[in-house]
Amino acid sequence: MHITLNGQKKEILPSQNLREVVGRFSQNSSVLIAEVNGAIVKKNQWDEIRVNDGDTIELVSFIGGG
Amino acid sequence: MTVTPSNSSALSEEVKLDTPLEIAGKMFTSRFLLGTGKFKNKTDLAQSIEASKTEIVTVALRRIDLERHDENILEYIPKNVTLLVNTSGARNAKEAVRIARLAKEAGYGNWVKIEVINDSKYLLPDNQETVKAAEVLAVEGFVVLPYMYPDLYAARALAQAGAAAVMPLGSLIGSNRGLKVKEFIQILIDEIDLPIVVDAGLGAPSHAAEAMEMGADAVLVNTAVATAGNPALIARAFAMAVQAGRLAYLGRDRSRPVPAMTADPSSPLTGFLYDQSR
Repeated sequence: MHITLNGQKKEILPSQNLREVVGRFSQNSSVLIAEVNGAIVKKNQWDEIRVNDGDTIELVSFIGGG
Repeated sequence: MTVTPSNSSALSEEVKLDTPLEIAGKMFTSRFLLGTGKFKNKTDLAQSIEASKTEIVTVALRRIDLERHDENILEYIPKNVTLLVNTSGARNAKEAVRIARLAKEAGYGNWVKIEVINDSKYLLPDNQETVKAAEVLAVEGFVVLPYMYPDLYAARALAQAGAAAVMPLGSLIGSNRGLKVKEFIQILIDEIDLPIVVDAGLGAPSHAAEAMEMGADAVLVNTAVATAGNPALIARAFAMAVQAGRLAYLGRDRSRPVPAMTADPSSPLTGFLYDQSR
């Protein structure tokens, strides 16, 4: 099944939770915030959120800025 | 109100002459806010934060890069420094609100610099959309510091919306051109009952001093520090200029406009060594 992760199409195995998907695709320990289909998902809920076919996921973190 | 300096350096000693900067009930000894963008490396950033003694830094929020490992910028920002997350990238109020909500979720406080820009050539802030975003975010409990074009009506609307401070630009972002809209910033300083933080375009410590001399409550600088040959030295220079400008403002003669339109002698005009009756 496919998801859109930070604007890119990605193939994932079925029955994965958000934490597993983040761990699979992100090399960043500093991932702080996730949005699934436009809704913010708190980090303590990442284990409970099942990722579904067609989901749009955004992973964001802080960078330098003025 | 007294301020206890964090150390005994000359810079901190000067602070005793001043009251703290208060934003949303929080007290700050430093009136110099530092942006964290454009630094060549994180060491320069950490050293600049330290050298400037800043107590508020801005950061941005972006999609993480899935292809490579990014360093966590927060590791280079001391815990006692207040994080002000900007909404850069937002083109309208709705996007700014979304970014602010995401930032709050990270758990580093609720201070947000509203920045709504829909023009890639001049990067001018859209005051109307900024006001809309401020109205929503202030109600949600954010400490709202809007970046804006120095327009009195917009500043009043932002104050009305519940902004904690107003941040007018000095000139175009990253232009280093100084206070190109000085007279309009002065109007905000005179008329708006909120801290005025001059943001954007301050390219030299002298620009920062000028903003403080005219009564700005604080300044925010990024490009001029981050892209300097020695960022830490320039950060320190800005911090000192901010204090010099602040003391100049506090110590001014309020009865006499500066600059005056007529001369005023520094030496007495009597008792000359010649006979004045001739």
